Amino acid sequence: MIEYVSSRFGQILFASWQHFSLVVQSLILATVLAVVIAALVYRSPALTAVANSVSATGLTIPGFALVGLLIPLFGFGVAPAVIVVVFFAVLPILRNAVVGLTGIDGAVIESARGVGLSRFQTFRRVELPMAWPVILAGVRVSAQMVMGIAAITAYALGPGLGGFIFTGLARLGGANALESVATGIIAVIILAVVLDLLLVGLGRLTIPRGIRV
Amino acid sequence: MSDNIPATASTDPASVITGASILLDQVSKRYPGQAKAAVDGLTMEIPAGKIVMLVGPSGCGKTTTLKMINRLIEPTEGRIVLDGDDVTGINGDDLRRRIGYVIQAGGLFPHMTVATNIAIVPKMLGWSKDRVAARVDELLELVSLDPAQYRDRFPRELSGGQQQRVGVARALAADPPVLLMDEPFGAVDPITRVRLQDELISIQKELQKTIVCVTHDFDEAVKLGDWIAIFTEGAQLVQYDTPERILAEPANEFVENFIGAGAGLKQLTLTRVNEVELQSAVTASPGDLSSDVLSRLDQQGHDHAVIIDGRNRPLQWLSRRQLARLERIGSTRDPRLPVVGERATLNDALDIMLVSSVGAALVTGGRDSFRGVVDVETIMVAMSQAHARARTSHAEGKPVGINTGALTALDGPHDGTAPLRSADRGAGGE
Repeated sequence: MIEYVSSRFGQILFASWQHFSLVVQSLILATVLAVVIAALVYRSPALTAVANSVSATGLTIPGFALVGLLIPLFGFGVAPAVIVVVFFAVLPILRNAVVGLTGIDGAVIESARGVGLSRFQTFRRVELPMAWPVILAGVRVSAQMVMGIAAITAYALGPGLGGFIFTGLARLGGANALESVATGIIAVIILAVVLDLLLVGLGRLTIPRGIRV
Repeated sequence: MSDNIPATASTDPASVITGASILLDQVSKRYPGQAKAAVDGLTMEIPAGKIVMLVGPSGCGKTTTLKMINRLIEPTEGRIVLDGDDVTGINGDDLRRRIGYVIQAGGLFPHMTVATNIAIVPKMLGWSKDRVAARVDELLELVSLDPAQYRDRFPRELSGGQQQRVGVARALAADPPVLLMDEPFGAVDPITRVRLQDELISIQKELQKTIVCVTHDFDEAVKLGDWIAIFTEGAQLVQYDTPERILAEPANEFVENFIGAGAGLKQLTLTRVNEVELQSAVTASPGDLSSDVLSRLDQQGHDHAVIIDGRNRPLQWLSRRQLARLERIGSTRDPRLPVVGERATLNDALDIMLVSSVGAALVTGGRDSFRGVVDVETIMVAMSQAHARARTSHAEGKPVGINTGALTALDGPHDGTAPLRSADRGAGGE
């Protein structure tokens, strides 16, 4: 095992970096998307209900199947990988964003409007910062989940650590097959822990002291 | 030595009215799907620099009325006129930046510090950093919070009363001519509430804003209001008058019920001790011969002598019998002396009299110096005068307040002359 890793260390590092980069960039995109969607729906109870059921049922779609379905549409490579990772990353963030935005005390919003903040200023300066801790919790859930999903996208020849897992599984019983799978899995776990710590740090930096729990 | 100390009414330094007048001109609010209007054809004049209290039972439309002034709720019909300008059509956000707004518990933004909360409107108006910082400190001082201590705190690190103060400071930040308050003191304990009310009165003395305040507490309305508007369902204005006149002359049974029991006692809270004629008293100093004091009592026809110290503060209050037992007057201070400050209400004075069972109390002014004596008769005379004044006065400068096409709503046992008279004057003030 040690021999396997040390002989391919550069390759593993590169794949890990690509995996990490795919997840982080997709998360950023997913957070923006989720917040925008949440901002569009949270003031309407009907749309909020739709968003909640979509974010719940969306998670039941098998990731592997979605990757397979996207290959005919987008070919192999980065595009289907990003689409799948973003799709799954959006769901928990959307759910939390809707919960966070609808859970804000109406009196605070009323006083924001009352002192002359416009609808948009109220959202950006009051509602979003107040919902941010809940949204960030959703981002953390997403980050853990899509670390694994990003590995599946290697099926569509996407970037990242999935390649180690798939090649290992394909040659199971052969030389270094188990080592290859184990390397992929362990590296994904390490990345997940690192990213989670980074997100906790982000929370420390971005959640105002007044609403930190 | 016998000083006849006159009761001097405190004269406030002539302060400038910075408030603006408000006119609601035939304003209505109808919600879709509701047969009855929440506010129905209300015309109401709110004079500049005064505190107007909107009171009424829950759901009577008083809060809707308040929120239509800054157009948080857009009126379905009618005009809002602020300081002579029709503001019904202008941008609502711009309008609200010109009007202070305070809600229950302050409505502070929990993720912002006290300073950021207060600075939010001035920053939007593009004030410079230095000017904003100076203004924040000035306002914190105004609401009796030490800037150095509270500036950087978050709302959750403050007590309810302190949050409310910051809420008031934030509303005053850009020096708006009008302050709207929606049940501002509903969420604090009774002791804090009284203190906040007193502070609001003193802030208003200084700033002379136009304040419109919604409350369901009639006693609060009597305490704070220059004018009280009593509403019933559909924001029908039942009576719009001074607290004195509403207590003396309730327009109908609804108002009587709303005032509740003890209208007479509430009248007592409207008059302060320094507004009534105090009785003079024979005063003496420690060390005086009691025989001298007794002879002065005989001359003046009094039964008690007030012993004051070198700085004119009352020490003892001795009867003839007590004086007869002394040779010289001692300098000890009687801890049970019934003393009342001249800014106290007649209600407080009466309370002290009842507790002390003397039937009178010593009145002190600045630095606790002795001013005179107030007794039960004084209060009786003051009350009957106030009552007579309230009944006969035609409330100089009484603002207009009426609902269009709703004159029948004003019928009552007392023929409702007060509100109808304002109708005759027409919807002026435009």
